[in-house]
Amino acid sequence: MSFSPNAKRKTEEIELELLLEGLYEKYGYDFRRYSRASLKRRIEQAKDRLSCSTLSELQNRILHSSQDFETFLSYLTIQVSEMFRDPSYYKALRCKVIPHLRTYPSIKIWIAGCSAGEELYSFAILLREEGLENRCIFYATDINQAALLKAEAGVYRPEDVLQFTKNYQLAGGKASFSDYYTAAYGSVVFDKSLKKKAVFSDHSLVTDSVFSEVHLISCRNVLIYFERALQDRAVGLFKDSLVRKGFLGLGSKETLRFSEHKEAFETFDRDERIYQLRGPA
Amino acid sequence: MKVRNVTTNVSAVVIGASTGGIEALQQIFRFMENEFTLAVIVVIHLPPSGKSMLPSLFEGYSFKRVKEAEDKEKIEAGTLYFAPHNYHLLIESDSTFSLSSDEPVSFARPSIDVLFESATDAFGDQLIGIVLSGANEDGAKGVHAICKAGGIVLVQEPSSAVASAMPLAGAAACAEAKQMSPVAIGSYLNKLGVTAYAAK
Repeated sequence: MSFSPNAKRKTEEIELELLLEGLYEKYGYDFRRYSRASLKRRIEQAKDRLSCSTLSELQNRILHSSQDFETFLSYLTIQVSEMFRDPSYYKALRCKVIPHLRTYPSIKIWIAGCSAGEELYSFAILLREEGLENRCIFYATDINQAALLKAEAGVYRPEDVLQFTKNYQLAGGKASFSDYYTAAYGSVVFDKSLKKKAVFSDHSLVTDSVFSEVHLISCRNVLIYFERALQDRAVGLFKDSLVRKGFLGLGSKETLRFSEHKEAFETFDRDERIYQLRGPA
Repeated sequence: MKVRNVTTNVSAVVIGASTGGIEALQQIFRFMENEFTLAVIVVIHLPPSGKSMLPSLFEGYSFKRVKEAEDKEKIEAGTLYFAPHNYHLLIESDSTFSLSSDEPVSFARPSIDVLFESATDAFGDQLIGIVLSGANEDGAKGVHAICKAGGIVLVQEPSSAVASAMPLAGAAACAEAKQMSPVAIGSYLNKLGVTAYAAK
């Protein structure tokens, strides 16, 4: 056996592999093909929070305690977002994509990786202002149950709503943003009618398959957390879920340029990372 | 026992900068005359608005290429990379970049600590970390990690920095950190680049 000066790091890598393997075997959550560097940061945070000195100890805890597992999972999957994050993206949807959606008698929109619901409410407001809400169904999916519950509740911190309001205005909002929420007891609750066309559901881009045919998929800042092979799987799932000429919107630093499915899509708006599925040849 | 030659074993240079950092970077690069052969990866804190003009500000120096780092892109020698606005930039063990939109770390996204710590995981002791002018303490945890792994840490001499808090925090976090003016950092890197080139 050869001696390596990086022996300590190697141990941590082994521990990480075992932890991810155990997590998948026991709970079905598959993080094995996530980008390692940021996954590792999150796992280290969970390790500190659960006062474990090694990843092996953390593995022991999460395999034997479902409560510790829940805590751990929230560290791995909770995403911070904003309503109308990257306002120019929503502006492009409003001006360029909505005219296409308008031609469909019913419109299905999938928010993949909806986290605490910021993006869902942004879409619900956008489609309401464009007079299409009654023709829409929104699928809001995430792997984190706690996040889905938050999304369904639609309750946010007042200090965050300031930023949401600014974004909404920059995104070409047509009303006053405060029409969509009420402030009560130190929090802000979004109008319940905004989610009446929404279906919240547990869905994994890693392990689950197509569940419906949709016209628009918005999946922002999710693919960056995946290794390239897993990105291909997720984009393949989007390709199989979209109607012909359906739209896919990604995060502002995500691209299909390196994807094995890139030929299946046309670039619809390069700056805003909006793609359109090609028709059959 | 293998004696390590620091000037030929470096895989990459990571740089963190904040207030006054663009000027410091330009001073450094002005003193690099030869085509630089290592990858240089930079996080600069900027106000959270608008499109990044950073790569265009740094054209014309001694790099083969200047660009914004992209998700899953392979790191190439002789290239100057900037972290994209509003994302953390991380380095994977296969020498590719990853981006993350995780919450800001010490109020910063991109965070210098996040880049430096992941670079340490990827490159171990074959790394140079440089902390330039800035009015906060981002980068201190990062240089601590680089130091512990046996890499090289340089900090901008506080008196030469527009804001000295960041280099001071960097120096405090790493006992072996060398304090240098931008000019000295530039000529240090210049020599390093030439040696690395000669070794190939």
